[in-house]
Amino acid sequence: MTTFTGDLVVPSAREARPRPLSDSLSLTWRNVTNLRRNPQLLVFATIQPVIFVVLFRYVFGGAIDTAALNGVPYVDFLMPGIFVQTVVFGSLTTAVGLSTDLNLGLIERFKSLPIARSAVLVGRTIADLIRNVFVVVLMCIVGFVIGWRIHTNAIEFLAAMLLIIAFSYSLSWVFAFVGLSVRDPETAQAASFPILAPLVFASSAFVPVSTMPGWLQPWAEHQPVSVVVNAARALTAGPETLEPGTSTTQLVVTAVAWIVGIIVVAAPLAVRKYRRVA
Amino acid sequence: MRARHSYDAPMDHAIVADGLVKHFGDVHALDGVSFSVPAGSVLGLLGPNGAGKTTAVRVLTTLLRPDRGSAQVLGVDVVAEPQRVRAALGLAGQYAAVDENLTAGENLRLVGRLTHLDDKVIASRSATLLEQFDLVGAADRLVRTFSGGMRRRLDLAAALVHQPPVLFLDEPTTGLDPQGRLDLWTVIEDLVATGVTVLLTTQYLEEADRLADTIVVIDHGDVIAEGTPAELKARLGATVIEVGFRELADAERAATALATVGAVSVDGRTLNVKVVDGNGATAMLELVRVLDTSNLDPSSMLLREPTLDDVFLDLTGDVATDDDADADAGTEVVSR
Repeated sequence: MTTFTGDLVVPSAREARPRPLSDSLSLTWRNVTNLRRNPQLLVFATIQPVIFVVLFRYVFGGAIDTAALNGVPYVDFLMPGIFVQTVVFGSLTTAVGLSTDLNLGLIERFKSLPIARSAVLVGRTIADLIRNVFVVVLMCIVGFVIGWRIHTNAIEFLAAMLLIIAFSYSLSWVFAFVGLSVRDPETAQAASFPILAPLVFASSAFVPVSTMPGWLQPWAEHQPVSVVVNAARALTAGPETLEPGTSTTQLVVTAVAWIVGIIVVAAPLAVRKYRRVA
Repeated sequence: MRARHSYDAPMDHAIVADGLVKHFGDVHALDGVSFSVPAGSVLGLLGPNGAGKTTAVRVLTTLLRPDRGSAQVLGVDVVAEPQRVRAALGLAGQYAAVDENLTAGENLRLVGRLTHLDDKVIASRSATLLEQFDLVGAADRLVRTFSGGMRRRLDLAAALVHQPPVLFLDEPTTGLDPQGRLDLWTVIEDLVATGVTVLLTTQYLEEADRLADTIVVIDHGDVIAEGTPAELKARLGATVIEVGFRELADAERAATALATVGAVSVDGRTLNVKVVDGNGATAMLELVRVLDTSNLDPSSMLLREPTLDDVFLDLTGDVATDDDADADAGTEVVSR
């Protein structure tokens, strides 16, 4: 092995060690700044869910038999579903953002710097989390304006919002992996939709699972979107929305298990992909 | 100098590549590439498209693990201690990798933070670099409003925030207009004057001629020549006679007829006749006689020293233009 004996000083391993927290913060700042500089993107990203809220409330609201909802008004049944739908589709942003950075050569620049190998992905997912919080707050306001009411209490309401945000964060890691695996942002978008649509629409987000054909019910009842929606619904509209034999606590525990499970599987895969992509 | 293994680079070499092998399926991007760069000098890495230049840069900058072989930057192994290598290197790539939605100042600050500099150092380095790269007036402007040349300058500035002693420039001027290229050359020369070691890949041989102390030519993942620009030109022989024709057919006919004078290469309607021995003037006289006998009427004739382009053509049988890597570079023919 060659030993360098010139005048130039190489940083020691200690000096060159990555700083996961500060690196992730710097990159979060960068991504959030990008978001602020693109207000149009944020505006359109929030208009869409707002339109969904209004449309579902007034267009489909009358067609849904409230008897099937145990007397719960449709708007109260619907809102948790719309929240989850919005953040699930919002997690696409993670894939598109990373894919764009990859195409612009920014990922290559970041990889050539002495930063923590998780920092680029943590910075991206945290920025998307901040964006989701913003969107959820805005949707709450719109929801309250069109007659959405909380049947439980403030703590359960906050727990429901936390659950939704946490679920979106776990999906961000899945889409971080997708974003790093495809060729360009357009493909990232196209590749993500087929994963998301069955999760969102074959779920309890918009209609009760009991109205679906029998073969679809087992999937619709147990897939993660439904679990999170049901938990958020029980936490906001009250236990009347529960299927027989379940409890709010049980649903929340299952939802948290899904969230943790998705992160535990997807995050290492995404980081591994990041290390190999160039 | 070209041993495949146990490459013995002198102790003061800042960049050492030793028998690097990298295959992507059937594509042998690197097939045992060895070279080294003395500290404080500039190495020009040349080769036709797909020769393995960028792969070599990626391995040396820790972005890619070699299948075999090893590489060190300032004596630190790129595979074993990538973080130390990253802290010591600056990379400016083919694409200006700066964030469009940040200002110039913010881009530099981001790199400063990611290289773990103190805020004070970041502020002073940013100010210095903005000054050095003539971007002071644009410091607070979003990069998406920048011209291509400004982006390139910012990209290079971003690679220099942490004052890396070793700099990798992967086609730094591809897609720039001639003025932008000249400006960037001056900046790179200033950097070299401060003792920075540079590895430069380029498709512009004039660029290599001007900036590089040593040139390594690779083709099909293998080193096929190395030396100073002067040595490489000397290898080729004394003189080149350039003959231009109005008609393509004449050029083709002349190429056959002139084979007796020297080795002929055709570049459209221009022929380059390489005169290996004897003196150029005698060869020119002979060439005129042949053209006269063949009833060929040249539009121009020029006796000149060989350029790196001639060397390149001789070595790789390929003109050093870039066909598909960068649309901006387009049809640009290597300048002479």
